[in-house]
Amino acid sequence: MSVASASLDHAGRPDRAINAGALRADARRESRGLLALLSPGLLLVFAVIIVPIGWLFWLSLFDETGQLSASNYARFFEQASYIKTFVTTFKVAFTVTGACVLFGYPLAYMLSQLPRRAAGACLIFVILPFWTSVLVRTYAWLVILQRKGLVNTWLIDLGVIGQPLPLANNFAAVVIGMTHIMLPFLVLPLYASMKSIDTDCLRAGMNLGASPTATFRQIFLPLSLPGLASGVVIVFVLCLGFFVTPALMGGGKVIMWAMRMEQATSLYSNWGAGAALGVVLLAATLALLGLFHWLLGTRATGVWSER
Amino acid sequence: MSMENSLPISHRQRLWLYALGGLVMLFLIAPSVIIVIMSFSGSSLLQFPPQEWSLRWYESYFGSVEWRDATIVSVKVAVMTAIAATLLGTAAAYAINARTLRLTGAINALLTASLIIPVILIGIGTFFLYARIGLNNTLTGLVIAHTVQALPLVVLTVLSGLRSYDMNQEMVARSLGAGRFSAFFQVTMPQIRFSIVSGALFAFITSFDEVVVSLFISGGETTTLTRRMFNALRDQIDPTIAAISTCLIVLSIVLLSAAQLFGRGR
Repeated sequence: MSVASASLDHAGRPDRAINAGALRADARRESRGLLALLSPGLLLVFAVIIVPIGWLFWLSLFDETGQLSASNYARFFEQASYIKTFVTTFKVAFTVTGACVLFGYPLAYMLSQLPRRAAGACLIFVILPFWTSVLVRTYAWLVILQRKGLVNTWLIDLGVIGQPLPLANNFAAVVIGMTHIMLPFLVLPLYASMKSIDTDCLRAGMNLGASPTATFRQIFLPLSLPGLASGVVIVFVLCLGFFVTPALMGGGKVIMWAMRMEQATSLYSNWGAGAALGVVLLAATLALLGLFHWLLGTRATGVWSER
Repeated sequence: MSMENSLPISHRQRLWLYALGGLVMLFLIAPSVIIVIMSFSGSSLLQFPPQEWSLRWYESYFGSVEWRDATIVSVKVAVMTAIAATLLGTAAAYAINARTLRLTGAINALLTASLIIPVILIGIGTFFLYARIGLNNTLTGLVIAHTVQALPLVVLTVLSGLRSYDMNQEMVARSLGAGRFSAFFQVTMPQIRFSIVSGALFAFITSFDEVVVSLFISGGETTTLTRRMFNALRDQIDPTIAAISTCLIVLSIVLLSAAQLFGRGR
């Protein structure tokens, strides 16, 4: 900063006009410097994410013969297989999100009520899976659920069943595997928001004669809803575009949106179709996040800064 | 801390909650524990607990040229990604933290775009772009793609470090005549170095565990470990993968503990 060296007039007093000019030049230099620090990262993101997606969007507007047409999008309404894919995707997303709420809310509630040290220890059970490879966890569920997997072996050894149950390669397997992967995304923001609920509010409620159940239902639950909503949105959005677990655990029977995109581009090299699917997926994702932002005024992506 | 449990509800009344929470925690951790135990099994059948113990799946992992090559590729890419993402991410976080630039919201949105945009779309887009500029199946291509994925995590981690640091200290250094860079490296960086190291570790693990984008843009000599695992899982359940998975789990634990340690280090 060169402010200190700004000129003085003959009498030794600072010259306002010259100083102002120097300050402005200084501020400009400062901004340019900061922009220079930002630009490599921004350029990289722009080149690797924004440009290709824009390009794909452009491609999706043309049919195989290179004519401008909406055929890539019209297909979604006309072909039964696409409709089935969308139905499956939303079914999986709703079921997994529901299961995450069902399992995640009690866990986050328990964590928020435990003394700090115990909560920290229990939080490891959430954070470690969060940072364990999705592939590793999917493999684990395959080992547990498949035909000759652990559950079937146990049940047969115990004499409960004679024939192995079809536990893997179906809808339920996909839901179980994905719930396991998505749960931390719900628990972490929910836990953070529950931690910030003022215990005095609860104590006041109980002082005024509310039962523990009433205190929970009328005070704690409403105050925890924003955190729950942010977890729900992030889980739902991630489910819509999820690839690894359904691809490995669906046994070819559960075809989700992302798998359709992979098939269209890798298998059939039909970029227009794959791109159109991607555009709709992105639009759905942004619409959900935007709606959430508009309704609650907070960003749903906070989960990554609350590890 | 002492006031936390002053609600007039006893632990006994909460037993059902602890039981439920414990079950969910078991659900979260059991798969990893089972895989670690299974990786030491002596049998190629899936038995739990294993009847006999051995290191044969680790031998099969380390003895296989294909798995070893894939691991080396992944390590190389992850190290280079960690370096690139940390440099770019720290610089960007510094600039965002100064808050003097306009459009901070748009800049944030762009930098964190890869957290929101479906990974499958990023994978297809990157593959499409790389096909035109010849970066598919190259280390450079992988490092660039992974850096974009890791960048937001570094930015968020370093930014949270900068938020708890008083920028006036750097201003003082500069008004005393230190240049911009020496002020940063001598005054600011020593105080936020723990966040920077945490960010680097998160970047490393993000790259090492990345599956979807690698599936599209890696192949041949630059097949990453996760791509090879994914393809192996599509065919059949090879217990070698249990040994590899155990190594990945241990890596996650080590890196997370390091990040925790550094995060608390000050």
